[in-house]
Amino acid sequence: MNLFTPLSWNDSGFILNGILNTIYISVVAIVIGTILGLIVGFMRVEANKVVNLFLGSALDILRSVPLIIQLILFSTYIGALGHPMDPFMAGSIILSLYTMAFMSEVFRSGFESVPNTMRTAARSLGMTYWQTVRYIRIPIGMRAVFPSWLGVALSVIKDSALVSVIGYMELLRTSEQLISRTQQPLTILLGVGLFYFIISYPLSLYGKYVERKMSI
Amino acid sequence: MENYVFHWNVVFKAFPQLLGGAFTTLHVSVLSMLVGIAIAVLLALGKMSHSKILVMASSSWIEIARNTPALFQIYMAYFGLGAFGINLSPYFAVFSALVFVNAGYLAETFRGGFQSIPKTQYSAAKSLGMTTFQVYRYVILPQMFRRIYHPMTNQFVWSILMSSLGILVGMNELSGETQRLQSVSFRTLEFFIVAAVMYFVITKFVLLTSSLIAKRIFKGDIA
Repeated sequence: MNLFTPLSWNDSGFILNGILNTIYISVVAIVIGTILGLIVGFMRVEANKVVNLFLGSALDILRSVPLIIQLILFSTYIGALGHPMDPFMAGSIILSLYTMAFMSEVFRSGFESVPNTMRTAARSLGMTYWQTVRYIRIPIGMRAVFPSWLGVALSVIKDSALVSVIGYMELLRTSEQLISRTQQPLTILLGVGLFYFIISYPLSLYGKYVERKMSI
Repeated sequence: MENYVFHWNVVFKAFPQLLGGAFTTLHVSVLSMLVGIAIAVLLALGKMSHSKILVMASSSWIEIARNTPALFQIYMAYFGLGAFGINLSPYFAVFSALVFVNAGYLAETFRGGFQSIPKTQYSAAKSLGMTTFQVYRYVILPQMFRRIYHPMTNQFVWSILMSSLGILVGMNELSGETQRLQSVSFRTLEFFIVAAVMYFVITKFVLLTSSLIAKRIFKGDIA
Protein backbone atom coordinates (compact mmCIF):
# COMPACT_ATOMS: atom_id res chain seq x y z
CA MET A 1 0.00 0.00 0.00
CA ASN A 2 1.32 3.40 -0.94
CA LEU A 3 0.63 5.97 1.73
CA PHE A 4 2.31 8.85 -0.08
CA THR A 5 0.81 11.01 -2.80
CA PRO A 6 3.26 10.94 -5.69
CA LEU A 7 4.44 13.99 -7.55
CA SER A 8 1.79 15.22 -9.99
CA TRP A 9 1.12 18.13 -12.32
CA ASN A 10 -0.89 19.76 -9.56
CA ASP A 11 2.40 20.53 -7.84
CA SER A 12 3.70 22.61 -10.73
CA GLY A 13 2.21 25.82 -9.34
CA PHE A 14 3.86 25.17 -5.98
CA ILE A 15 7.22 24.52 -7.66
CA LEU A 16 6.86 27.55 -9.91
CA ASN A 17 6.21 29.65 -6.82
CA GLY A 18 9.45 28.34 -5.32
CA ILE A 19 11.36 29.12 -8.51
CA LEU A 20 9.96 32.65 -8.65
CA ASN A 21 10.81 33.22 -5.00
CA THR A 22 14.39 32.09 -5.58
CA ILE A 23 14.73 34.43 -8.54
CA TYR A 24 13.03 37.25 -6.63
CA ILE A 25 15.28 37.17 -3.57
CA SER A 26 18.42 36.66 -5.70
CA VAL A 27 17.62 39.67 -7.86
CA VAL A 28 16.85 41.81 -4.82
CA ALA A 29 20.10 40.78 -3.12
CA ILE A 30 22.20 41.27 -6.26
CA VAL A 31 20.73 44.72 -7.00
CA ILE A 32 20.99 46.05 -3.45
CA GLY A 33 24.33 44.31 -2.89
CA THR A 34 25.75 45.83 -6.08
CA ILE A 35 24.61 49.35 -5.22
CA LEU A 36 25.91 49.12 -1.64
CA GLY A 37 29.06 47.35 -2.82
CA LEU A 38 29.76 50.13 -5.31
CA ILE A 39 29.39 52.76 -2.58
CA VAL A 40 31.47 50.83 -0.04
CA GLY A 41 34.11 49.89 -2.62
CA PHE A 42 34.42 53.55 -3.59
CA MET A 43 34.67 54.55 0.06
CA ARG A 44 37.42 52.01 0.64
CA VAL A 45 39.47 53.46 -2.21
CA GLU A 46 38.94 57.08 -1.17
CA ALA A 47 38.70 56.98 2.61
CA ASN A 48 41.55 57.41 5.06
CA LYS A 49 43.16 54.62 7.05
CA VAL A 50 40.88 54.78 10.09
CA VAL A 51 37.65 54.54 8.08
CA ASN A 52 39.21 51.81 5.96
CA LEU A 53 40.17 49.78 9.01
CA PHE A 54 36.63 50.07 10.36
CA LEU A 55 34.99 49.20 7.04
CA GLY A 56 37.47 46.41 6.41
CA SER A 57 36.78 44.69 9.71
CA ALA A 58 33.02 45.03 9.33
CA LEU A 59 33.22 43.42 5.90
CA ASP A 60 35.54 40.78 7.32
CA ILE A 61 32.88 39.70 9.78
CA LEU A 62 30.32 39.34 7.00
CA ARG A 63 32.74 37.23 5.01
CA SER A 64 34.11 35.01 7.79
CA VAL A 65 30.88 34.00 9.51
CA PRO A 66 28.86 31.36 7.64
CA LEU A 67 25.80 32.80 5.91
CA ILE A 68 23.55 30.29 7.64
CA ILE A 69 24.69 31.52 11.08
CA GLN A 70 24.20 35.13 10.02
CA LEU A 71 20.67 34.39 8.87
CA ILE A 72 19.70 32.55 12.05
CA LEU A 73 21.36 35.14 14.27
CA PHE A 74 19.70 38.08 12.54
CA SER A 75 16.21 36.66 12.48
CA THR A 76 16.49 35.56 16.13
CA TYR A 77 17.87 38.94 17.13
CA ILE A 78 15.05 40.79 15.41
CA GLY A 79 12.63 38.43 17.10
CA ALA A 80 14.20 39.04 20.49
CA LEU A 81 13.85 42.78 19.94
CA GLY A 82 10.13 42.17 19.80
CA HIS A 83 9.61 43.00 16.12
CA PRO A 84 9.65 39.72 14.20
CA MET A 85 10.34 40.19 10.53
CA ASP A 86 8.98 38.07 7.73
CA PRO A 87 11.51 35.65 6.24
CA PHE A 88 11.74 37.49 2.95
CA MET A 89 12.72 40.78 4.59
CA ALA A 90 15.22 39.23 7.00
CA GLY A 91 16.63 37.02 4.26
CA SER A 92 17.06 39.79 1.73
CA ILE A 93 18.68 42.12 4.28
CA ILE A 94 21.31 39.55 5.25
CA LEU A 95 21.80 38.26 1.72
CA SER A 96 22.24 41.84 0.44
CA LEU A 97 24.79 42.65 3.14
CA TYR A 98 26.62 39.40 2.40
CA THR A 99 26.61 40.24 -1.32
CA MET A 100 27.80 43.76 -0.52
CA ALA A 101 30.80 42.36 1.37
CA PHE A 102 31.97 40.49 -1.72
CA MET A 103 30.93 43.12 -4.27
CA SER A 104 32.82 45.86 -2.44
CA GLU A 105 36.09 43.96 -2.88
CA VAL A 106 35.33 43.45 -6.56
CA PHE A 107 34.55 47.12 -7.10
CA ARG A 108 37.51 48.24 -5.03
CA SER A 109 39.88 46.38 -7.30
CA GLY A 110 37.94 47.85 -10.23
CA PHE A 111 38.54 51.39 -9.01
CA GLU A 112 42.17 50.57 -8.33
CA SER A 113 42.60 49.25 -11.86
CA VAL A 114 41.99 52.72 -13.33
CA PRO A 115 45.41 54.35 -13.75
CA ASN A 116 45.97 57.59 -11.85
CA THR A 117 47.10 59.27 -15.05
CA MET A 118 43.57 58.96 -16.43
CA ARG A 119 42.17 60.83 -13.45
CA THR A 120 44.83 63.49 -13.77
CA ALA A 121 44.11 63.80 -17.48
CA ALA A 122 40.38 64.08 -16.84
CA ARG A 123 40.87 66.73 -14.17
CA SER A 124 43.19 68.70 -16.41
CA LEU A 125 40.48 68.69 -19.09
CA GLY A 126 38.37 70.65 -16.61
CA MET A 127 36.21 67.84 -15.23
CA THR A 128 35.11 68.14 -11.62
CA TYR A 129 35.94 65.41 -9.12
CA TRP A 130 32.48 63.83 -9.45
CA GLN A 131 32.63 64.03 -13.21
CA THR A 132 35.83 61.98 -13.21
CA VAL A 133 34.08 59.46 -10.97
CA ARG A 134 30.96 59.40 -13.11
CA TYR A 135 32.50 59.44 -16.59
CA ILE A 136 35.98 57.94 -16.14
CA ARG A 137 36.45 55.81 -13.05
CA ILE A 138 33.12 53.99 -12.88
CA PRO A 139 32.80 53.09 -16.58
CA ILE A 140 36.42 52.01 -17.02
CA GLY A 141 36.89 50.37 -13.64
CA MET A 142 33.59 48.52 -13.67
CA ARG A 143 34.13 47.15 -17.13
CA ALA A 144 37.40 45.58 -15.97
CA VAL A 145 35.76 43.69 -13.12
CA PHE A 146 32.61 42.57 -14.93
CA PRO A 147 33.59 38.86 -14.97
CA SER A 148 34.26 38.92 -11.21
CA TRP A 149 30.96 40.73 -10.65
CA LEU A 150 29.19 37.99 -12.58
CA GLY A 151 30.96 35.37 -10.49
CA VAL A 152 29.74 36.95 -7.26
CA ALA A 153 26.22 37.33 -8.66
CA LEU A 154 26.16 33.63 -9.56
CA SER A 155 27.32 32.64 -6.11
CA VAL A 156 24.51 34.76 -4.65
CA ILE A 157 21.93 32.85 -6.69
CA LYS A 158 23.35 29.64 -5.27
CA ASP A 159 23.65 30.99 -1.73
CA SER A 160 20.04 32.18 -1.83
CA ALA A 161 19.16 28.53 -1.19
CA LEU A 162 20.27 29.08 2.41
CA VAL A 163 17.47 31.55 3.08
CA SER A 164 15.28 28.47 3.38
CA VAL A 165 16.59 27.95 6.94
CA ILE A 166 14.68 30.97 8.22
CA GLY A 167 11.51 29.86 6.49
CA TYR A 168 11.50 31.59 3.12
CA MET A 169 9.73 29.38 0.57
CA GLU A 170 12.39 29.37 -2.12
CA LEU A 171 13.01 26.48 -4.48
CA LEU A 172 15.00 24.24 -2.15
CA ARG A 173 12.56 24.55 0.73
CA THR A 174 9.69 23.93 -1.67
CA SER A 175 11.41 20.79 -2.84
CA GLU A 176 12.11 19.72 0.72
CA GLN A 177 8.41 19.93 1.51
CA LEU A 178 7.52 18.04 -1.63
CA ILE A 179 10.04 15.37 -0.69
CA SER A 180 8.52 14.91 2.73
CA ARG A 181 5.09 14.49 1.14
CA THR A 182 5.96 12.35 -1.87
CA GLN A 183 9.04 10.49 -0.62
CA GLN A 184 10.63 10.85 -4.05
CA PRO A 185 13.84 12.64 -3.14
CA LEU A 186 15.85 11.76 -6.21
CA THR A 187 13.40 12.97 -8.88
CA ILE A 188 12.71 16.23 -7.11
CA LEU A 189 16.31 16.98 -6.20
CA LEU A 190 17.50 16.25 -9.72
CA GLY A 191 14.91 18.73 -11.02
CA VAL A 192 16.07 21.34 -8.54
CA GLY A 193 19.71 20.78 -9.44
CA LEU A 194 18.86 21.08 -13.12
CA PHE A 195 17.14 24.40 -12.51
CA TYR A 196 20.17 25.92 -10.76
CA PHE A 197 22.45 24.49 -13.41
CA ILE A 198 20.40 25.92 -16.28
CA ILE A 199 20.53 29.39 -14.73
CA SER A 200 24.12 29.29 -13.61
CA TYR A 201 25.95 27.45 -16.37
CA PRO A 202 25.21 29.74 -19.35
CA LEU A 203 26.04 32.80 -17.25
CA SER A 204 29.34 31.28 -16.14
CA LEU A 205 30.18 30.45 -19.76
CA TYR A 206 29.36 34.03 -20.70
CA GLY A 207 31.62 35.26 -17.90
CA LYS A 208 34.49 33.13 -19.17
CA TYR A 209 33.85 34.38 -22.71
CA VAL A 210 33.99 38.02 -21.63
CA GLU A 211 37.11 37.35 -19.59
CA ARG A 212 38.84 35.77 -22.56
CA LYS A 213 37.78 38.57 -24.85
CA MET A 214 39.08 41.21 -22.49
CA SER A 215 42.39 39.50 -21.83
CA ILE A 216 43.42 39.72 -25.49
CA MET B 1 16.24 44.59 23.75
CA GLU B 2 14.47 45.57 26.98
CA ASN B 3 12.66 42.22 27.25
CA TYR B 4 15.59 40.00 26.49
CA VAL B 5 18.03 39.03 29.24
CA PHE B 6 21.26 37.41 28.16
CA HIS B 7 22.24 34.28 30.06
CA TRP B 8 25.81 33.46 29.26
CA ASN B 9 26.28 30.91 32.01
CA VAL B 10 24.68 28.08 30.10
CA VAL B 11 26.94 28.82 27.15
CA PHE B 12 30.05 28.67 29.34
CA LYS B 13 28.94 25.33 30.70
CA ALA B 14 28.43 23.99 27.20
CA PHE B 15 31.69 25.40 25.91
CA PRO B 16 33.53 22.04 25.80
CA GLN B 17 30.79 20.68 23.54
CA LEU B 18 31.10 23.72 21.28
CA LEU B 19 34.85 23.19 21.09
CA GLY B 20 34.17 19.57 20.18
CA GLY B 21 31.89 20.82 17.41
CA ALA B 22 34.57 23.22 16.20
CA PHE B 23 36.99 20.33 16.11
CA THR B 24 34.59 18.30 13.96
CA THR B 25 34.21 21.32 11.65
CA LEU B 26 37.97 21.53 11.18
CA HIS B 27 38.20 17.80 10.86
CA VAL B 28 35.64 17.51 8.07
CA SER B 29 37.04 20.54 6.22
CA VAL B 30 40.64 19.34 6.35
CA LEU B 31 39.70 15.81 5.26
CA SER B 32 37.41 17.02 2.48
CA MET B 33 40.16 19.36 1.33
CA LEU B 34 42.78 16.59 1.19
CA VAL B 35 40.55 14.16 -0.69
CA GLY B 36 39.29 17.05 -2.84
CA ILE B 37 42.85 17.96 -3.85
CA ALA B 38 43.60 14.38 -4.84
CA ILE B 39 40.47 14.14 -6.99
CA ALA B 40 41.01 17.64 -8.39
CA VAL B 41 44.43 16.64 -9.70
CA LEU B 42 42.83 13.69 -11.50
CA LEU B 43 40.02 15.88 -12.86
CA ALA B 44 42.46 18.52 -14.08
CA LEU B 45 44.55 15.86 -15.79
CA GLY B 46 41.37 14.35 -17.24
CA LYS B 47 40.23 17.68 -18.63
CA MET B 48 43.62 18.30 -20.25
CA SER B 49 43.87 14.77 -21.67
CA HIS B 50 43.21 13.81 -25.28
CA SER B 51 40.56 11.23 -24.53
CA LYS B 52 37.08 12.61 -25.27
CA ILE B 53 35.41 10.49 -22.60
CA LEU B 54 37.80 11.67 -19.90
CA VAL B 55 37.31 15.30 -20.94
CA MET B 56 33.54 14.88 -20.89
CA ALA B 57 33.50 13.12 -17.53
CA SER B 58 35.75 15.57 -15.76
CA SER B 59 34.08 18.62 -17.34
CA SER B 60 30.66 17.47 -16.20
CA TRP B 61 31.92 16.89 -12.64
CA ILE B 62 33.54 20.34 -12.62
CA GLU B 63 30.55 22.18 -14.10
CA ILE B 64 27.97 20.47 -11.89
CA ALA B 65 30.04 21.20 -8.80
CA ARG B 66 30.49 24.83 -9.75
CA ASN B 67 26.96 25.56 -10.91
CA THR B 68 24.72 24.11 -8.22
CA PRO B 69 24.33 25.27 -4.60
CA ALA B 70 26.31 23.48 -1.91
CA LEU B 71 23.10 22.95 0.02
CA PHE B 72 21.67 21.08 -2.96
CA GLN B 73 24.71 18.81 -3.04
CA ILE B 74 24.40 18.05 0.66
CA TYR B 75 20.69 17.24 0.23
CA MET B 76 21.57 15.08 -2.74
CA ALA B 77 24.13 13.14 -0.69
CA TYR B 78 21.86 12.83 2.32
CA PHE B 79 18.37 12.36 0.83
CA GLY B 80 18.95 11.71 -2.88
CA LEU B 81 21.35 8.81 -2.62
CA GLY B 82 18.81 7.01 -0.46
CA ALA B 83 16.98 6.17 -3.69
CA PHE B 84 19.92 3.97 -4.63
CA GLY B 85 19.89 2.33 -1.23
CA ILE B 86 22.95 4.32 -0.13
CA ASN B 87 22.28 5.82 3.25
CA LEU B 88 25.07 8.09 4.35
CA SER B 89 25.53 9.30 7.91
CA PRO B 90 25.25 13.10 8.31
CA TYR B 91 29.02 13.39 8.69
CA PHE B 92 29.69 11.39 5.58
CA ALA B 93 26.99 13.20 3.58
CA VAL B 94 28.52 16.60 4.35
CA PHE B 95 32.00 15.23 3.80
CA SER B 96 31.20 13.80 0.38
CA ALA B 97 29.34 16.94 -0.72
CA LEU B 98 32.33 19.07 0.30
CA VAL B 99 34.72 16.72 -1.48
CA PHE B 100 32.58 16.95 -4.60
CA VAL B 101 32.59 20.76 -4.61
CA ASN B 102 36.22 21.15 -3.56
CA ALA B 103 37.35 18.80 -6.31
CA GLY B 104 35.32 20.72 -8.91
CA TYR B 105 36.61 24.14 -7.93
CA LEU B 106 40.21 23.08 -7.33
CA ALA B 107 40.40 21.22 -10.65
CA GLU B 108 39.79 24.50 -12.46
CA THR B 109 42.35 26.22 -10.22
CA PHE B 110 44.96 23.56 -10.94
CA ARG B 111 44.28 23.62 -14.65
CA GLY B 112 44.51 27.40 -14.73
CA GLY B 113 47.74 27.31 -12.72
CA PHE B 114 49.24 24.70 -14.98
CA GLN B 115 48.27 26.46 -18.19
CA SER B 116 49.55 29.79 -16.95
CA ILE B 117 53.11 28.48 -17.22
CA PRO B 118 54.37 28.97 -20.79
CA LYS B 119 55.20 25.83 -22.74
CA THR B 120 58.51 27.42 -23.74
CA GLN B 121 59.79 26.93 -20.19
CA TYR B 122 59.33 23.21 -20.63
CA SER B 123 61.37 23.21 -23.83
CA ALA B 124 64.00 25.48 -22.32
CA ALA B 125 64.45 23.21 -19.29
CA LYS B 126 64.60 20.17 -21.55
CA SER B 127 67.24 21.77 -23.75
CA LEU B 128 69.31 22.40 -20.61
CA GLY B 129 69.44 18.64 -20.21
CA MET B 130 66.84 18.14 -17.49
CA THR B 131 64.82 14.96 -17.41
CA THR B 132 61.02 15.23 -17.57
CA PHE B 133 60.82 14.58 -13.83
CA GLN B 134 63.36 17.31 -13.14
CA VAL B 135 61.48 19.77 -15.37
CA TYR B 136 58.32 19.28 -13.35
CA ARG B 137 60.08 19.10 -10.00
CA TYR B 138 62.28 22.19 -10.35
CA VAL B 139 60.59 24.37 -12.98
CA ILE B 140 56.88 23.79 -13.51
CA LEU B 141 55.48 22.66 -10.15
CA PRO B 142 57.16 25.30 -7.92
CA GLN B 143 55.75 28.11 -10.07
CA MET B 144 52.39 26.42 -10.30
CA PHE B 145 52.21 25.93 -6.54
CA ARG B 146 52.87 29.62 -6.01
CA ARG B 147 49.93 30.52 -8.23
CA ILE B 148 47.45 28.06 -6.76
CA TYR B 149 48.38 28.66 -3.12
CA HIS B 150 45.95 31.50 -2.45
CA PRO B 151 43.01 30.01 -4.35
CA MET B 152 43.58 26.84 -2.33
CA THR B 153 43.53 28.76 0.95
CA ASN B 154 40.28 30.43 -0.10
CA GLN B 155 38.79 27.09 -0.95
CA PHE B 156 39.76 25.79 2.48
CA VAL B 157 38.08 28.74 4.19
CA TRP B 158 35.05 28.18 1.99
CA SER B 159 34.94 24.52 3.14
CA ILE B 160 35.01 25.57 6.79
CA LEU B 161 32.16 28.02 6.23
CA MET B 162 30.10 25.64 4.13
CA SER B 163 30.50 22.73 6.55
CA SER B 164 28.08 24.81 8.64
CA LEU B 165 25.35 23.44 6.38
CA GLY B 166 25.71 20.26 8.41
CA ILE B 167 23.15 21.93 10.68
CA LEU B 168 20.46 20.94 8.17
CA VAL B 169 21.20 17.25 8.15
CA GLY B 170 21.90 16.91 11.85
CA MET B 171 25.65 16.67 11.76
CA ASN B 172 27.47 17.41 15.01
CA GLU B 173 29.88 20.06 13.74
CA LEU B 174 29.97 23.56 15.21
CA SER B 175 26.62 24.76 13.82
CA GLY B 176 24.88 21.46 14.39
CA GLU B 177 26.16 21.32 17.94
CA THR B 178 25.04 24.93 18.47
CA GLN B 179 21.62 24.08 17.14
CA ARG B 180 21.32 21.08 19.44
CA LEU B 181 22.52 23.01 22.50
CA GLN B 182 20.19 25.94 21.85
CA SER B 183 17.24 23.62 21.44
CA VAL B 184 17.78 22.11 24.89
CA SER B 185 18.48 25.45 26.61
CA PHE B 186 16.37 27.95 24.58
CA ARG B 187 19.28 30.42 24.60
CA THR B 188 19.31 30.72 20.81
CA LEU B 189 20.88 34.14 20.57
CA GLU B 190 23.71 33.47 23.01
CA PHE B 191 24.69 30.19 21.42
CA PHE B 192 24.66 31.50 17.89
CA ILE B 193 26.64 34.61 18.85
CA VAL B 194 29.32 32.37 20.34
CA ALA B 195 29.25 30.13 17.26
CA ALA B 196 29.65 33.15 14.98
CA VAL B 197 32.63 34.36 17.01
CA MET B 198 34.16 30.89 16.88
CA TYR B 199 33.79 30.69 13.11
CA PHE B 200 35.35 34.13 12.80
CA VAL B 201 38.30 33.11 14.97
CA ILE B 202 38.82 29.84 13.08
CA THR B 203 38.74 31.57 9.69
CA LYS B 204 41.09 34.35 10.80
CA PHE B 205 43.43 31.78 12.31
CA VAL B 206 43.52 29.78 9.09
CA LEU B 207 44.11 32.88 6.95
CA LEU B 208 46.84 34.15 9.27
CA THR B 209 48.60 30.79 9.37
CA SER B 210 48.39 30.48 5.61
CA SER B 211 49.92 33.92 5.06
CA LEU B 212 52.71 33.14 7.54
CA ILE B 213 53.44 29.90 5.71
CA ALA B 214 53.34 31.75 2.39
CA LYS B 215 55.90 34.28 3.67
CA ARG B 216 58.10 31.45 4.82
CA ILE B 217 58.06 29.25 1.73
CA PHE B 218 57.78 31.90 -0.97
CA LYS B 219 60.33 34.18 0.76
CA GLY B 220 58.36 37.32 0.12
CA ASP B 221 57.75 37.12 -3.63
CA ILE B 222 54.18 35.91 -3.85
CA ALA B 223 52.73 35.61 -7.32
